[in-house]
Amino acid sequence: MTTQTPSNPAPPREPGILTQSISSFGKGLIDGVSTLGGMMMLLLDVVRWSVRPPFRLANLFAQLDFVGVGSIFIVSLTGTFTGMVFALQTSTAFALFDAESLVGPTVALTLSRELAAVFSALMVTMRAGSAMCTELGTMRVTEQVDALETMAVNPVQYLLVPRVLAGLFMVPALTMLFLTTGMAGAYLIAVGVLGISPGTFLSRTQQWLVPGDIFQGLIKGAVFGLSVALICCYKGYNASGGAKGVGQATTEAMVSSALSIFILDFILGLLWQ
Amino acid sequence: MTAVSDSSSRKRPAPDPSSTPMIEVVDLHKTFGTTKVLTGINLKVPAGSTCVILGGSGSGKTVLMKHMIGLLKPDSGKVIIDGQDIVPMGVRELQEVRNKFGMVFQAAALFDSMTVFENVAFPLREHTKDSEDVIRQKVRARLDLMGLKPAVEAKFPSDLSGGMRKRVGLARATILGPKIVLYDEPTTGLDPITTDYVDEMILAAQEGLGVTSVVISHDIASAFNVADQIAFLSKGVIVENGPPEQVRESEHPAVKVFLQTWFGKN
Repeated sequence: MTTQTPSNPAPPREPGILTQSISSFGKGLIDGVSTLGGMMMLLLDVVRWSVRPPFRLANLFAQLDFVGVGSIFIVSLTGTFTGMVFALQTSTAFALFDAESLVGPTVALTLSRELAAVFSALMVTMRAGSAMCTELGTMRVTEQVDALETMAVNPVQYLLVPRVLAGLFMVPALTMLFLTTGMAGAYLIAVGVLGISPGTFLSRTQQWLVPGDIFQGLIKGAVFGLSVALICCYKGYNASGGAKGVGQATTEAMVSSALSIFILDFILGLLWQ
Repeated sequence: MTAVSDSSSRKRPAPDPSSTPMIEVVDLHKTFGTTKVLTGINLKVPAGSTCVILGGSGSGKTVLMKHMIGLLKPDSGKVIIDGQDIVPMGVRELQEVRNKFGMVFQAAALFDSMTVFENVAFPLREHTKDSEDVIRQKVRARLDLMGLKPAVEAKFPSDLSGGMRKRVGLARATILGPKIVLYDEPTTGLDPITTDYVDEMILAAQEGLGVTSVVISHDIASAFNVADQIAFLSKGVIVENGPPEQVRESEHPAVKVFLQTWFGKN
């Protein structure tokens, strides 16, 4: 007589590489959409609380000072060197067909339309955005944000509105500073080193550069400033998990801010065509 | 170790439990994801009394406290503060209700970018039109009440000991004369002498300022020192609630096991 042994159920199959890839892509997509939604909600909150009294002018001026005035040196330095390098490199190319006189307008157009806003926003991200995110994250994990709420002070109005407004107003201002110092750097190299006449440099620049180019830079600066401040505030405000969590939030804020600057730059550039 | 005194031996009169409750929690439920944290909490805290919510780590004590001040919204149930249900309230209405509260956080939650003086003055600057001279007088008086010398005023929270931070936290929480003070694990991480001091501070706030206090704790000795009423929280529900003597005699297994850890040794 044969005895039948009960067969063991087959172990569950490990998901394949394709399934895992699709799963992690889906999770990433959901997280991304969720974060974007959270940021939009935060932006609405910031707009709502920015028009409600009490208007915290002292906090706003403190942030304008921190984001704007505090970034003057680094933005000026970056602007000057960018202008100098750009003049140096473009002159080499223009020399091939005797068009060195176009160095001034080329630098001016590139800086005003693109580089001034992008570089200023990147500088603000590194200098002020990281500090914003870390400060808010630390306040969150040490319950200082909760303490504000329990004292009937709205944390969005007290902490976030001044920071987001500072980003919105000061990055365009820094963009103009970057453009000015960048042009000064380019003039120094073009006239002082490459021997282009000052008259040619200035008149050609004046001929090609129109107010619309500067306006484009200003708008981009404002959009980048808003985006950077919003991302850094959102990441810091929602940080959790102690010191490690704050560190992780700051890393995410820096990467997302830098990416947002380049993506928005492309979109705005496309819209401006 | 801190000695456990029988609360009935204290000289202050016991609050009348039949009086209108300052805080009333009715059938409160809260779930985070798939974890049920609160599963039907019912609690009444009479005005002018001190209620200690006792329970192990992860029993939902802090979640319950955060509902009392509106930092969390429940899935269902009511939180009635001084006669008003705060659950359906919006942000602005909640801000009004929060003016009735002061809260002392586990790690004090002092603003680390501000000095002690600025921390204690913060609620006055936010909610009153007092002149700087008046604010200075009020802050000094409150710090003095907490046993803190004027030299402390200019220090930053990072320069203070744990006990001093708690006292500054209490000074900040009570500077506007709130009706209710919430304490989140006020004695956690403190040495026995400082724990005693914090207990005295809680009693002084109740007796001197007449506030209703809710203390979240897992410190049994401290709980029996300060409480008029102890509510024991286990697995999301209050399984025992009453005066300290009644809770001490509780037959509920979770309460017995918990109290055994202290009374078994003492």
